[in-house]
Amino acid sequence: MTKAGSPLSDTIKPPLWVNAEITYKCPLHCVFCYNPLNYASTFEKELTTEQWLKALREARELGAVQLGISGGEPLMRDDCEEIVAEASKMGYYVNLLTSGIGLTEERIAAFKAGGLDQIQLSFQDSTKEMNDFLSSTRTFDLKRKVARLIKQYDYPMVLNVVLHRLNIDHIEQILQMAEEMEADHVELANSQYYAWALKNREQLMPSREQLEHAEAVCNQFRERLGNKMKLYFVVPDYYQDRPKACMNGWGTVFLNIAPDGLALPCHEARMLPGLEFPNLRDHDVRTIWYESEAFNAYRGDSWMKEPCRSCDEKHKDFGGCRCQAYMLTGDARNADPVCSKSPHHSIVTDQVALAQRAQSTDDDVRPVIIFRDDKNSRAFVDD
Amino acid sequence: MSLDTSQPLKFARQYKLQWEKAQDAWVLLYPEGMVKLTGSAGEILTRIDGERSAQDIIDNLQAAFPGADLQQDVIDFLEHAHDKGWITPV
Repeated sequence: MTKAGSPLSDTIKPPLWVNAEITYKCPLHCVFCYNPLNYASTFEKELTTEQWLKALREARELGAVQLGISGGEPLMRDDCEEIVAEASKMGYYVNLLTSGIGLTEERIAAFKAGGLDQIQLSFQDSTKEMNDFLSSTRTFDLKRKVARLIKQYDYPMVLNVVLHRLNIDHIEQILQMAEEMEADHVELANSQYYAWALKNREQLMPSREQLEHAEAVCNQFRERLGNKMKLYFVVPDYYQDRPKACMNGWGTVFLNIAPDGLALPCHEARMLPGLEFPNLRDHDVRTIWYESEAFNAYRGDSWMKEPCRSCDEKHKDFGGCRCQAYMLTGDARNADPVCSKSPHHSIVTDQVALAQRAQSTDDDVRPVIIFRDDKNSRAFVDD
Repeated sequence: MSLDTSQPLKFARQYKLQWEKAQDAWVLLYPEGMVKLTGSAGEILTRIDGERSAQDIIDNLQAAFPGADLQQDVIDFLEHAHDKGWITPV
């Protein structure tokens, strides 16, 4: 571990944003899920209520102020209300990220009383489920009921829809439903290719034509609805030529806590080799944030290789995403290959080229799609 | 957008004002974001309570900081806050 008091630790700013993944249990099987492939291995090791509150208190004392409660499906834990209420008392701005499954009136009333600030409702969404969703009155009624509850309890209706090759052409129906639900904000973000979504990347990456069509439909809705329903449309980063400023830089604002207590600089970092991520069971947040080797590993820019090291944009995007660099090039210190300056950029452009294949030939070339479920996850535990 | 200085003001839904010890400043919190306020912005926004109007806030500040001519600065800032969607008439 790097010792506190070293020149670097004097410049480290406190965490501002905590994401508490309180469980990886989930009733859904989304093919684009960014939870780790071996998520099922955390089921027996989840932090207790007390352990969660201790970690949140410690992070709050350092200055963290935004809190996401996510998962998995956070409503799978029956202490979700208690964690939200206690966190709110500590002074966090608390945001619940849920599929809405399990959100009864009793529970939303408890969340409101406990001070929950925002609810983000996601569409459960895989091929079969999307079709069910688009055609089944039962699912639609359930969603509509949850949407009504959210409005009734004076929350804005914030809808997150993950887009991909298999649902992006339904964009008009998706937006029509959002409008019927009186959504205030709709985020239409293409899936990012991590974890389950990386396994299913060929299946999930839309073609340029699909993206253009979807964006055009979004623009029509924007024109018609103006501020009544705000739309955010995000293309896959593979279509960009500069990487995202991932997490606003490693260990600068964001602290992710996994269900088993692992402290991570992002949702995905657990799979990076050679780093031992600290656990909240063994260390306090201050030690983890300021002193742990893992949180210091990619702070600043001394770890960078070329072309990042001498790049005049390195303080803008921090070389992109360490996890993506590792997954695609085998070395987390490389430039994120989304960058056109990366010597590995063709890995990304090859995938984009592959995504331009015609929809109609899909069935011939389509690899097997892998659903995020406990059985598949257990198969990855031993990998 | 100009603000009616006689109307009571409140924070918009989902905006919360809070003192942050770690930052030694008042901050305005909203979904997935935060604005760190300067000292004078904090003085103005802490006076918003759902009952005071812009003029009440000016009078109140004028009493707290006698000698300074605050009128226009306070109105400019409240209009900025209103344009940003942080505050709204009751």
